[in-house]
Amino acid sequence: MATPAADLRPKYKKALIGGDELAKAFTFLFAALILVVTVLLVLELWRTSSPAKEKFGFGFLTSQLWNPVTDEYGALPFIYGTVLTSFLALLIAVPLGVGAAIYLSELALPRVSNALTFLVELLAAVPSVIFGLLAIFTLVPAMRDYVQPALQKIFSFQPLAPFFDGPTFGVGYLTAGIILAVMTFPFIISVSREALMAVPREQREAALALGATKWESTWQIVLPYAKLGILGSVFLGLARALGETMAVTMVIGNSEAIHQSIISPGYTIAAVIANNFAEASGKMFTSALVELGLVLFALTMLINGFAQLMIVLTTKKGAAKS
Amino acid sequence: MPEPTKPQTAPVKMRAKNVNFYYGSFQALYDINLDFATNKVTAMIGPSGCGKSTFLRNLNRINETLRDTRLEGEITLDDENILDQDVTAVRRRIGMVFQRPNPFPKSIFENIIYGPKINGMLKGKNAAEIVETSLRRAALWEETKDKLNESAYALSGGQQQRLCIARALAVNPEVLLLDEPCSALDPIATSKIEDLLITLKHQCTIVIVTHNMQQAARVADTTGFFLLGKLIEHDKTEVIFKNPSRKETEDYITGRFG
Repeated sequence: MATPAADLRPKYKKALIGGDELAKAFTFLFAALILVVTVLLVLELWRTSSPAKEKFGFGFLTSQLWNPVTDEYGALPFIYGTVLTSFLALLIAVPLGVGAAIYLSELALPRVSNALTFLVELLAAVPSVIFGLLAIFTLVPAMRDYVQPALQKIFSFQPLAPFFDGPTFGVGYLTAGIILAVMTFPFIISVSREALMAVPREQREAALALGATKWESTWQIVLPYAKLGILGSVFLGLARALGETMAVTMVIGNSEAIHQSIISPGYTIAAVIANNFAEASGKMFTSALVELGLVLFALTMLINGFAQLMIVLTTKKGAAKS
Repeated sequence: MPEPTKPQTAPVKMRAKNVNFYYGSFQALYDINLDFATNKVTAMIGPSGCGKSTFLRNLNRINETLRDTRLEGEITLDDENILDQDVTAVRRRIGMVFQRPNPFPKSIFENIIYGPKINGMLKGKNAAEIVETSLRRAALWEETKDKLNESAYALSGGQQQRLCIARALAVNPEVLLLDEPCSALDPIATSKIEDLLITLKHQCTIVIVTHNMQQAARVADTTGFFLLGKLIEHDKTEVIFKNPSRKETEDYITGRFG
Protein backbone atom coordinates (compact mmCIF):
# COMPACT_ATOMS: atom_id res chain seq x y z
CA MET A 1 0.00 0.00 0.00
CA ALA A 2 1.33 3.40 -0.94
CA THR A 3 1.98 5.78 1.92
CA PRO A 4 1.33 9.46 1.28
CA ALA A 5 4.27 11.73 1.94
CA ALA A 6 2.22 13.71 4.43
CA ASP A 7 1.98 10.66 6.65
CA LEU A 8 5.67 10.05 6.55
CA ARG A 9 6.76 13.48 7.64
CA PRO A 10 5.58 13.46 11.26
CA LYS A 11 7.07 10.01 11.69
CA TYR A 12 10.40 11.18 10.36
CA LYS A 13 10.28 14.26 12.54
CA LYS A 14 9.52 12.16 15.58
CA ALA A 15 12.50 9.93 14.93
CA LEU A 16 14.71 12.99 14.65
CA ILE A 17 13.38 14.55 17.81
CA GLY A 18 13.54 11.23 19.61
CA GLY A 19 17.15 11.23 18.52
CA ASP A 20 17.47 7.68 17.24
CA GLU A 21 18.46 8.56 13.70
CA LEU A 22 20.50 11.51 14.78
CA ALA A 23 22.37 9.56 17.43
CA LYS A 24 23.07 6.79 14.97
CA ALA A 25 24.43 9.20 12.39
CA PHE A 26 26.65 11.06 14.82
CA THR A 27 28.05 8.03 16.61
CA PHE A 28 28.73 6.47 13.22
CA LEU A 29 30.75 9.53 12.29
CA PHE A 30 32.79 9.28 15.48
CA ALA A 31 33.40 5.60 14.93
CA ALA A 32 34.40 6.22 11.33
CA LEU A 33 37.14 8.53 12.61
CA ILE A 34 39.05 5.45 13.76
CA LEU A 35 39.19 4.19 10.22
CA VAL A 36 40.00 7.61 8.79
CA VAL A 37 42.93 8.14 11.16
CA THR A 38 44.38 4.69 10.49
CA VAL A 39 44.08 5.02 6.72
CA LEU A 40 45.53 8.55 6.71
CA LEU A 41 48.42 7.41 8.88
CA VAL A 42 49.37 4.56 6.59
CA LEU A 43 48.88 6.63 3.44
CA GLU A 44 51.05 9.45 4.72
CA LEU A 45 53.80 7.13 5.93
CA TRP A 46 53.66 5.32 2.61
CA ARG A 47 53.72 8.51 0.53
CA THR A 48 56.51 10.28 2.43
CA SER A 49 58.72 7.22 2.48
CA SER A 50 58.39 6.48 -1.23
CA PRO A 51 61.78 7.97 -2.28
CA ALA A 52 63.53 5.66 0.18
CA LYS A 53 61.38 2.70 -0.85
CA GLU A 54 62.17 3.30 -4.52
CA LYS A 55 65.89 3.61 -3.92
CA PHE A 56 66.49 0.75 -1.48
CA GLY A 57 63.56 -1.64 -2.06
CA PHE A 58 63.46 -4.59 0.29
CA GLY A 59 67.18 -4.13 0.86
CA PHE A 60 66.17 -1.48 3.36
CA LEU A 61 65.03 -4.21 5.74
CA THR A 62 68.17 -6.30 5.44
CA SER A 63 70.93 -3.70 5.11
CA GLN A 64 73.06 -2.80 8.11
CA LEU A 65 74.42 0.33 6.56
CA TRP A 66 73.30 3.70 7.95
CA ASN A 67 75.20 6.56 6.45
CA PRO A 68 73.60 10.02 6.09
CA VAL A 69 76.74 11.36 4.39
CA THR A 70 76.53 8.98 1.44
CA ASP A 71 72.73 8.85 1.74
CA GLU A 72 72.65 5.09 2.23
CA TYR A 73 70.21 3.65 4.71
CA GLY A 74 69.36 0.21 6.11
CA ALA A 75 66.99 -0.64 8.96
CA LEU A 76 68.26 -3.96 10.25
CA PRO A 77 70.26 -2.73 13.29
CA PHE A 78 67.21 -0.80 14.49
CA ILE A 79 64.76 -3.63 13.92
CA TYR A 80 67.18 -5.89 15.77
CA GLY A 81 67.49 -3.40 18.65
CA THR A 82 63.74 -2.91 18.90
CA VAL A 83 62.96 -6.61 18.99
CA LEU A 84 65.86 -7.45 21.33
CA THR A 85 65.11 -4.74 23.91
CA SER A 86 61.40 -5.61 23.90
CA PHE A 87 62.22 -9.29 24.29
CA LEU A 88 64.56 -8.59 27.23
CA ALA A 89 61.91 -6.36 28.77
CA LEU A 90 59.26 -9.10 28.62
CA LEU A 91 61.72 -11.69 29.87
CA ILE A 92 62.09 -9.64 33.03
CA ALA A 93 58.63 -8.10 33.36
CA VAL A 94 56.37 -11.11 32.69
CA PRO A 95 57.48 -13.36 35.57
CA LEU A 96 57.70 -10.39 37.95
CA GLY A 97 54.40 -8.89 36.83
CA VAL A 98 52.41 -12.13 36.88
CA GLY A 99 53.97 -13.08 40.20
CA ALA A 100 53.04 -9.74 41.72
CA ALA A 101 49.53 -10.05 40.29
CA ILE A 102 49.14 -13.46 41.94
CA TYR A 103 50.16 -11.97 45.26
CA LEU A 104 47.80 -9.01 44.91
CA SER A 105 44.77 -10.98 43.83
CA GLU A 106 45.16 -14.26 45.74
CA LEU A 107 47.33 -13.85 48.80
CA ALA A 108 47.47 -10.27 50.03
CA LEU A 109 45.01 -8.83 52.52
CA PRO A 110 42.45 -6.66 50.70
CA ARG A 111 43.80 -3.49 52.27
CA VAL A 112 47.38 -4.23 51.24
CA SER A 113 46.25 -5.26 47.78
CA ASN A 114 44.27 -2.08 47.21
CA ALA A 115 47.09 0.16 48.42
CA LEU A 116 49.65 -1.57 46.20
CA THR A 117 47.32 -1.56 43.21
CA PHE A 118 46.89 2.19 43.61
CA LEU A 119 50.68 2.57 43.51
CA VAL A 120 50.91 0.32 40.46
CA GLU A 121 48.41 2.48 38.61
CA LEU A 122 50.33 5.57 39.64
CA LEU A 123 53.50 4.00 38.27
CA ALA A 124 51.78 3.31 34.94
CA ALA A 125 51.00 7.02 34.61
CA VAL A 126 54.58 8.27 35.13
CA PRO A 127 55.84 9.97 31.92
CA SER A 128 58.54 7.99 30.21
CA VAL A 129 61.06 10.84 30.29
CA ILE A 130 61.05 10.53 34.09
CA PHE A 131 61.95 6.88 33.80
CA GLY A 132 64.68 7.91 31.36
CA LEU A 133 66.16 10.39 33.85
CA LEU A 134 65.97 7.82 36.62
CA ALA A 135 67.79 5.37 34.37
CA ILE A 136 70.54 7.84 33.44
CA PHE A 137 71.28 8.82 37.03
CA THR A 138 70.93 5.47 38.77
CA LEU A 139 70.57 2.52 36.43
CA VAL A 140 73.34 3.38 33.98
CA PRO A 141 76.09 3.85 36.64
CA ALA A 142 74.94 0.73 38.46
CA MET A 143 75.00 -1.27 35.24
CA ARG A 144 78.46 0.09 34.35
CA ASP A 145 80.10 -0.44 37.72
CA TYR A 146 78.39 -3.57 39.04
CA VAL A 147 75.88 -5.43 36.89
CA GLN A 148 77.70 -5.62 33.57
CA PRO A 149 81.10 -6.64 35.09
CA ALA A 150 79.29 -9.21 37.24
CA LEU A 151 77.44 -10.63 34.24
CA GLN A 152 80.74 -10.89 32.34
CA LYS A 153 82.23 -12.80 35.25
CA ILE A 154 79.28 -15.15 35.62
CA PHE A 155 78.91 -15.87 31.90
CA SER A 156 82.60 -16.14 31.07
CA PHE A 157 82.15 -19.64 29.64
CA GLN A 158 81.30 -20.70 26.08
CA PRO A 159 78.88 -20.50 24.37
CA LEU A 160 77.39 -17.69 26.45
CA ALA A 161 80.44 -15.44 26.74
CA PRO A 162 79.96 -13.57 23.40
CA PHE A 163 76.52 -12.40 24.57
CA PHE A 164 78.11 -10.50 27.47
CA ASP A 165 81.28 -9.37 25.75
CA GLY A 166 82.81 -5.93 25.31
CA PRO A 167 83.50 -2.78 27.29
CA THR A 168 81.01 -1.88 30.01
CA PHE A 169 79.53 1.49 29.12
CA GLY A 170 76.47 1.16 31.28
CA VAL A 171 74.18 2.01 28.38
CA GLY A 172 73.04 -0.61 25.88
CA TYR A 173 70.44 -3.21 24.95
CA LEU A 174 70.21 -4.72 28.42
CA THR A 175 69.90 -1.35 30.17
CA ALA A 176 67.12 -0.35 27.75
CA GLY A 177 65.49 -3.73 28.31
CA ILE A 178 65.52 -3.23 32.07
CA ILE A 179 64.02 0.25 31.94
CA LEU A 180 61.39 -1.03 29.50
CA ALA A 181 60.67 -3.84 31.95
CA VAL A 182 60.12 -1.30 34.70
CA MET A 183 57.74 0.57 32.43
CA THR A 184 55.73 -2.43 31.21
CA PHE A 185 55.62 -4.11 34.62
CA PRO A 186 52.70 -1.96 35.94
CA PHE A 187 50.57 -2.76 32.89
CA ILE A 188 51.21 -6.47 33.24
CA ILE A 189 50.41 -6.40 36.96
CA SER A 190 47.22 -4.44 36.71
CA VAL A 191 45.72 -6.31 33.74
CA SER A 192 46.78 -9.73 35.08
CA ARG A 193 45.37 -8.89 38.48
CA GLU A 194 42.03 -8.00 36.93
CA ALA A 195 42.06 -11.27 35.01
CA LEU A 196 42.86 -13.30 38.13
CA MET A 197 40.21 -11.55 40.19
CA ALA A 198 37.63 -12.30 37.49
CA VAL A 199 38.10 -16.05 38.03
CA PRO A 200 34.92 -17.28 39.78
CA ARG A 201 35.27 -18.20 43.44
CA GLU A 202 33.64 -21.55 42.61
CA GLN A 203 36.73 -22.52 40.62
CA ARG A 204 39.00 -21.99 43.61
CA GLU A 205 36.57 -23.76 45.93
CA ALA A 206 36.21 -26.72 43.57
CA ALA A 207 39.96 -27.29 43.73
CA LEU A 208 40.19 -26.71 47.48
CA ALA A 209 37.27 -29.07 48.10
CA LEU A 210 39.20 -31.83 46.32
CA GLY A 211 42.04 -31.44 48.80
CA ALA A 212 44.20 -28.97 46.86
CA THR A 213 46.38 -26.56 48.81
CA LYS A 214 45.90 -22.85 48.29
CA TRP A 215 48.95 -22.76 46.04
CA GLU A 216 47.86 -25.79 44.00
CA SER A 217 44.50 -24.18 43.42
CA THR A 218 46.13 -20.88 42.41
CA TRP A 219 48.79 -22.35 40.16
CA GLN A 220 46.88 -25.22 38.55
CA ILE A 221 43.33 -23.87 38.37
CA VAL A 222 43.12 -20.09 38.78
CA LEU A 223 46.12 -19.21 36.62
CA PRO A 224 45.11 -21.40 33.63
CA TYR A 225 41.56 -20.04 33.89
CA ALA A 226 42.91 -16.50 33.60
CA LYS A 227 45.50 -17.26 30.92
CA LEU A 228 43.78 -15.29 28.15
CA GLY A 229 43.70 -12.15 30.26
CA ILE A 230 47.31 -12.67 31.29
CA LEU A 231 48.32 -13.17 27.66
CA GLY A 232 46.50 -9.95 26.89
CA SER A 233 48.50 -8.14 29.55
CA VAL A 234 51.73 -9.45 28.05
CA PHE A 235 50.86 -8.16 24.60
CA LEU A 236 49.81 -4.83 26.02
CA GLY A 237 53.24 -4.67 27.65
CA LEU A 238 54.93 -5.69 24.42
CA ALA A 239 53.10 -2.99 22.48
CA ARG A 240 54.35 -0.41 24.94
CA ALA A 241 57.90 -1.77 24.84
CA LEU A 242 58.08 -1.78 21.03
CA GLY A 243 56.99 1.80 20.63
CA GLU A 244 58.56 3.34 23.72
CA THR A 245 60.80 6.19 22.64
CA MET A 246 62.00 8.64 25.24
CA ALA A 247 63.39 6.44 28.01
CA VAL A 248 65.01 4.08 25.54
CA THR A 249 66.61 6.88 23.57
CA MET A 250 68.25 8.05 26.78
CA VAL A 251 69.91 4.73 27.67
CA ILE A 252 70.26 2.64 24.50
CA GLY A 253 73.66 4.03 23.59
CA ASN A 254 72.85 5.09 20.01
CA SER A 255 75.07 2.73 18.06
CA GLU A 256 74.00 2.13 14.46
CA ALA A 257 75.26 -1.42 14.24
CA ILE A 258 74.24 -4.91 15.29
CA HIS A 259 76.08 -6.25 18.32
CA GLN A 260 75.84 -9.78 19.56
CA SER A 261 76.56 -8.74 23.14
CA ILE A 262 73.49 -7.59 25.05
CA ILE A 263 75.57 -5.21 27.17
CA SER A 264 76.82 -3.24 24.20
CA PRO A 265 75.17 -0.04 22.93
CA GLY A 266 72.53 -0.31 20.22
CA TYR A 267 69.59 1.54 18.75
CA THR A 268 65.86 1.08 18.36
CA ILE A 269 63.57 2.30 15.58
CA ALA A 270 61.74 4.75 17.81
CA ALA A 271 65.02 6.09 19.24
CA VAL A 272 66.66 6.64 15.86
CA ILE A 273 63.64 8.57 14.60
CA ALA A 274 63.51 10.73 17.72
CA ASN A 275 67.24 11.47 17.64
CA ASN A 276 67.54 12.27 13.95
CA PHE A 277 64.34 13.78 12.71
CA ALA A 278 64.99 17.34 13.90
CA GLU A 279 68.33 17.52 12.13
CA ALA A 280 67.44 15.41 9.14
CA SER A 281 68.70 17.26 6.09
CA GLY A 282 67.95 16.07 2.63
CA LYS A 283 64.93 14.37 1.20
CA MET A 284 66.36 10.88 1.29
CA PHE A 285 67.32 11.03 5.00
CA THR A 286 63.82 12.20 5.97
CA SER A 287 62.25 9.62 3.74
CA ALA A 288 64.35 6.83 5.26
CA LEU A 289 63.30 7.88 8.75
CA VAL A 290 59.64 7.84 7.74
CA GLU A 291 60.12 4.40 6.25
CA LEU A 292 61.50 3.32 9.62
CA GLY A 293 58.24 4.56 11.10
CA LEU A 294 56.35 2.46 8.60
CA VAL A 295 58.43 -0.57 9.56
CA LEU A 296 57.66 -0.02 13.26
CA PHE A 297 53.97 0.32 12.44
CA ALA A 298 54.04 -2.92 10.46
CA LEU A 299 56.01 -4.68 13.21
CA THR A 300 53.41 -3.69 15.82
CA MET A 301 50.58 -4.80 13.52
CA LEU A 302 52.30 -8.11 12.90
CA ILE A 303 52.77 -8.81 16.60
CA ASN A 304 49.21 -7.78 17.44
CA GLY A 305 47.88 -10.00 14.67
CA PHE A 306 49.95 -12.86 16.02
CA ALA A 307 48.53 -12.19 19.47
CA GLN A 308 44.96 -12.30 18.18
CA LEU A 309 45.70 -15.54 16.39
CA MET A 310 47.14 -17.07 19.54
CA ILE A 311 44.09 -16.04 21.53
CA VAL A 312 41.76 -17.58 18.93
CA LEU A 313 43.77 -20.79 18.90
CA THR A 314 43.87 -21.16 22.68
CA THR A 315 40.14 -20.44 22.95
CA LYS A 316 39.37 -23.13 20.40
CA LYS A 317 41.28 -25.67 22.43
CA GLY A 318 38.55 -25.51 25.04
CA ALA A 319 39.79 -22.80 27.32
CA ALA A 320 37.67 -20.74 29.64
CA LYS A 321 34.68 -18.86 28.38
CA SER A 322 35.24 -15.24 29.19
CA MET B 1 21.35 -25.16 74.93
CA PRO B 2 18.77 -26.99 72.79
CA GLU B 3 18.73 -30.75 73.17
CA PRO B 4 20.56 -32.57 70.37
CA THR B 5 18.16 -34.04 67.88
CA LYS B 6 19.24 -37.52 66.91
CA PRO B 7 16.96 -39.81 64.98
CA GLN B 8 19.08 -42.92 65.41
CA THR B 9 18.95 -44.77 62.13
CA ALA B 10 22.53 -45.94 61.66
CA PRO B 11 26.02 -45.43 63.08
CA VAL B 12 27.11 -41.80 63.11
CA LYS B 13 29.59 -40.80 60.39
CA MET B 14 29.83 -37.08 61.11
CA ARG B 15 28.68 -35.12 64.09
CA ALA B 16 28.40 -31.40 64.76
CA LYS B 17 28.62 -30.41 68.42
CA ASN B 18 27.57 -26.95 69.58
CA VAL B 19 28.61 -25.29 66.36
CA ASN B 20 28.50 -21.50 66.36
CA PHE B 21 29.66 -19.60 63.31
CA TYR B 22 30.32 -15.91 62.69
CA TYR B 23 30.83 -13.77 59.60
CA GLY B 24 32.76 -10.93 61.24
CA SER B 25 30.52 -9.86 64.10
CA PHE B 26 27.39 -11.40 62.57
CA GLN B 27 26.47 -14.74 64.07
CA ALA B 28 25.14 -17.02 61.34
CA LEU B 29 24.79 -20.29 63.26
CA TYR B 30 23.66 -20.89 66.84
CA ASP B 31 24.58 -24.03 68.75
CA ILE B 32 24.01 -26.53 66.00
CA ASN B 33 24.01 -30.18 67.07
CA LEU B 34 23.46 -32.58 64.24
CA ASP B 35 24.42 -36.18 63.49
CA PHE B 36 24.92 -37.58 60.02
CA ALA B 37 24.25 -41.31 59.76
CA THR B 38 26.56 -43.54 57.77
CA ASN B 39 25.37 -44.37 54.25
CA LYS B 40 22.24 -42.28 54.58
CA VAL B 41 21.11 -39.13 52.84
CA THR B 42 20.62 -36.23 55.23
CA ALA B 43 18.80 -33.21 53.82
CA MET B 44 18.91 -29.71 55.27
CA ILE B 45 15.99 -27.44 54.39
CA GLY B 46 14.88 -23.97 55.38
CA PRO B 47 14.18 -20.53 53.95
CA SER B 48 16.92 -18.47 52.26
CA GLY B 49 19.46 -17.13 54.71
CA CYS B 50 18.62 -19.69 57.39
CA GLY B 51 22.25 -20.86 57.58
CA LYS B 52 21.87 -24.28 55.95
CA SER B 53 24.51 -23.63 53.28
CA THR B 54 26.79 -21.94 55.79
CA PHE B 55 26.54 -25.00 57.99
CA LEU B 56 27.26 -27.34 55.08
CA ARG B 57 30.30 -25.31 54.11
CA ASN B 58 31.70 -25.77 57.59
CA LEU B 59 31.57 -29.53 57.28
CA ASN B 60 34.56 -29.51 54.89
CA ARG B 61 35.99 -26.29 56.32
CA ILE B 62 35.66 -24.48 52.99
CA ASN B 63 34.27 -21.49 54.89
CA GLU B 64 37.76 -20.98 56.28
CA THR B 65 38.80 -19.63 52.89
CA LEU B 66 36.49 -16.65 53.37
CA ARG B 67 37.98 -13.75 55.25
CA ASP B 68 36.95 -12.80 58.74
CA THR B 69 35.00 -15.91 59.69
CA ARG B 70 35.06 -17.78 63.00
CA LEU B 71 33.86 -21.24 63.98
CA GLU B 72 33.25 -22.46 67.50
CA GLY B 73 32.40 -25.98 68.55
CA GLU B 74 33.40 -29.36 67.24
CA ILE B 75 32.81 -31.26 64.03
CA THR B 76 33.82 -34.90 64.05
CA LEU B 77 34.38 -37.41 61.30
CA ASP B 78 34.57 -40.98 62.66
CA ASP B 79 34.71 -39.46 66.15
CA GLU B 80 37.78 -37.35 65.43
CA ASN B 81 37.58 -33.58 65.36
CA ILE B 82 38.24 -32.39 61.80
CA LEU B 83 39.10 -28.94 63.06
CA ASP B 84 42.32 -30.36 64.54
CA GLN B 85 43.35 -32.19 61.39
CA ASP B 86 45.22 -31.21 58.25
CA VAL B 87 42.66 -29.36 56.17
CA THR B 88 43.63 -30.84 52.80
CA ALA B 89 43.35 -34.37 54.19
CA VAL B 90 39.92 -33.56 55.62
CA ARG B 91 38.71 -32.21 52.29
CA ARG B 92 40.00 -35.30 50.50
CA ARG B 93 37.73 -37.41 52.71
CA ILE B 94 34.75 -35.04 52.47
CA GLY B 95 33.85 -34.18 48.89
CA MET B 96 31.70 -31.25 47.82
CA VAL B 97 29.41 -30.37 44.94
CA PHE B 98 28.40 -26.74 44.48
CA GLN B 99 25.25 -24.85 43.56
CA ARG B 100 26.23 -24.08 40.02
CA PRO B 101 28.19 -26.61 37.96
CA ASN B 102 31.83 -25.51 38.15
CA PRO B 103 33.94 -27.76 35.94
CA PHE B 104 37.51 -26.66 35.33
CA PRO B 105 38.23 -25.22 31.87
CA LYS B 106 39.87 -28.49 30.93
CA SER B 107 38.87 -31.71 29.21
CA ILE B 108 36.43 -34.13 30.84
CA PHE B 109 39.30 -36.53 31.49
CA GLU B 110 41.46 -33.87 33.13
CA ASN B 111 38.56 -32.69 35.28
CA ILE B 112 38.15 -36.15 36.79
CA ILE B 113 41.84 -36.89 37.18
CA TYR B 114 42.70 -33.61 38.89
CA GLY B 115 41.73 -34.74 42.40
CA PRO B 116 43.52 -38.11 42.26
CA LYS B 117 46.57 -36.35 40.80
CA ILE B 118 47.01 -33.76 43.54
CA ASN B 119 46.32 -36.34 46.22
CA GLY B 120 49.00 -38.70 44.91
CA MET B 121 46.49 -41.43 44.13
CA LEU B 122 47.77 -42.20 40.63
CA LYS B 123 50.79 -44.22 41.66
CA GLY B 124 50.52 -47.73 40.23
CA LYS B 125 47.00 -47.03 39.09
CA ASN B 126 45.56 -46.59 35.69
CA ALA B 127 44.29 -43.04 35.20
CA ALA B 128 41.85 -44.16 32.50
CA GLU B 129 40.41 -46.70 34.90
CA ILE B 130 39.83 -44.10 37.61
CA VAL B 131 38.14 -41.84 35.08
CA GLU B 132 35.86 -44.61 33.85
CA THR B 133 34.91 -45.76 37.36
CA SER B 134 34.16 -42.22 38.50
CA LEU B 135 32.07 -41.40 35.45
CA ARG B 136 30.16 -44.66 35.82
CA ARG B 137 29.46 -43.92 39.47
CA ALA B 138 28.04 -40.56 38.39
CA ALA B 139 26.00 -42.23 35.61
CA LEU B 140 27.79 -40.17 33.00
CA TRP B 141 30.02 -42.75 31.34
CA GLU B 142 27.72 -43.70 28.46
CA GLU B 143 27.26 -40.07 27.46
CA THR B 144 30.91 -39.09 27.63
CA LYS B 145 33.03 -42.15 26.86
CA ASP B 146 33.64 -41.04 23.27
CA LYS B 147 34.57 -37.47 24.08
CA LEU B 148 36.75 -37.63 27.16
CA ASN B 149 39.24 -35.23 25.63
CA GLU B 150 36.69 -32.59 24.79
CA SER B 151 36.19 -29.52 26.93
CA ALA B 152 33.90 -30.00 29.93
CA TYR B 153 32.08 -26.87 28.82
CA ALA B 154 30.76 -28.75 25.78
CA LEU B 155 28.44 -30.69 28.14
CA SER B 156 24.94 -29.58 29.08
CA GLY B 157 24.31 -28.05 32.51
CA GLY B 158 22.99 -31.29 33.97
CA GLN B 159 25.89 -33.26 32.54
CA GLN B 160 28.33 -30.69 33.92
CA GLN B 161 26.83 -31.10 37.37
CA ARG B 162 27.15 -34.90 37.15
CA LEU B 163 30.73 -34.36 35.97
CA CYS B 164 31.33 -32.33 39.12
CA ILE B 165 29.89 -35.21 41.15
CA ALA B 166 32.17 -37.63 39.29
CA ARG B 167 35.11 -35.32 39.95
CA ALA B 168 34.31 -35.33 43.66
CA LEU B 169 33.90 -39.13 43.67
CA ALA B 170 37.24 -39.69 41.95
CA VAL B 171 39.11 -39.25 45.23
CA ASN B 172 36.80 -41.76 46.98
CA PRO B 173 35.36 -39.44 49.62
CA GLU B 174 33.65 -40.95 52.65
CA VAL B 175 31.16 -38.11 52.80
CA LEU B 176 29.67 -36.13 49.91
CA LEU B 177 28.31 -32.65 50.57
CA LEU B 178 25.94 -31.12 48.02
CA ASP B 179 24.99 -27.46 48.20
CA GLU B 180 21.67 -27.07 46.31
CA PRO B 181 23.10 -29.13 43.44
CA CYS B 182 19.98 -28.89 41.28
CA SER B 183 19.10 -25.22 41.67
CA ALA B 184 20.48 -24.39 38.21
CA LEU B 185 19.07 -27.48 36.47
CA ASP B 186 15.88 -28.40 34.63
CA PRO B 187 13.50 -31.07 36.04
CA ILE B 188 14.88 -33.92 33.93
CA ALA B 189 18.48 -33.24 34.90
CA THR B 190 17.29 -32.84 38.49
CA SER B 191 15.62 -36.22 38.57
CA LYS B 192 18.76 -37.85 37.15
CA ILE B 193 20.81 -36.38 39.97
CA GLU B 194 18.26 -37.46 42.56
CA ASP B 195 18.32 -41.06 41.25
CA LEU B 196 22.08 -40.89 41.38
CA LEU B 197 22.12 -39.79 45.03
CA ILE B 198 19.93 -42.71 46.04
CA THR B 199 22.41 -45.16 44.46
CA LEU B 200 25.43 -43.32 45.75
CA LYS B 201 24.45 -43.49 49.40
CA HIS B 202 25.48 -47.13 49.46
CA GLN B 203 29.03 -45.97 48.83
CA CYS B 204 29.23 -42.85 50.93
CA THR B 205 27.39 -40.69 53.41
CA ILE B 206 25.47 -37.89 51.71
CA VAL B 207 24.52 -34.48 53.02
CA ILE B 208 22.40 -32.28 50.78
CA VAL B 209 21.20 -28.72 51.19
CA THR B 210 18.09 -27.98 49.19
CA HIS B 211 15.49 -25.25 48.96
CA ASN B 212 13.17 -27.73 47.29
CA MET B 213 11.11 -29.60 49.89
CA GLN B 214 9.90 -32.23 47.42
CA GLN B 215 13.52 -33.01 46.68
CA ALA B 216 14.26 -33.59 50.34
CA ALA B 217 11.17 -35.78 50.58
CA ARG B 218 12.28 -37.81 47.56
CA VAL B 219 15.92 -38.46 48.39
CA ALA B 220 16.56 -37.97 52.09
CA ASP B 221 16.42 -40.52 54.90
CA THR B 222 16.46 -37.79 57.52
CA THR B 223 15.80 -34.09 57.21
CA GLY B 224 16.85 -31.13 59.32
CA PHE B 225 14.94 -27.87 59.31
CA PHE B 226 16.92 -24.65 59.78
CA LEU B 227 15.50 -21.26 60.68
CA LEU B 228 17.40 -18.06 61.45
CA GLY B 229 20.68 -19.85 62.08
CA LYS B 230 19.20 -22.47 64.36
CA LEU B 231 18.45 -26.12 63.77
CA ILE B 232 14.77 -26.33 64.71
CA GLU B 233 14.25 -30.01 64.19
CA HIS B 234 15.96 -33.06 62.73
CA ASP B 235 14.12 -36.31 62.25
CA LYS B 236 13.23 -39.04 59.80
CA THR B 237 12.09 -37.40 56.59
CA GLU B 238 8.54 -38.76 56.73
CA VAL B 239 8.18 -37.50 60.29
CA ILE B 240 9.36 -34.01 59.32
CA PHE B 241 6.95 -33.83 56.42
CA LYS B 242 3.94 -35.60 57.94
CA ASN B 243 4.15 -35.11 61.64
CA PRO B 244 6.70 -32.50 62.68
CA SER B 245 7.00 -31.89 66.39
CA ARG B 246 7.70 -28.17 66.15
CA LYS B 247 5.24 -25.55 65.02
CA GLU B 248 7.86 -23.63 62.97
CA THR B 249 8.57 -26.73 60.95
CA GLU B 250 4.92 -27.31 60.29
CA ASP B 251 4.41 -23.70 59.22
CA TYR B 252 7.29 -23.97 56.77
CA ILE B 253 6.30 -27.37 55.40
CA THR B 254 2.73 -26.26 54.83
CA GLY B 255 3.92 -23.14 53.06
CA ARG B 256 2.81 -20.59 55.62
CA PHE B 257 6.14 -18.78 55.10
CA GLY B 258 9.47 -19.09 53.32
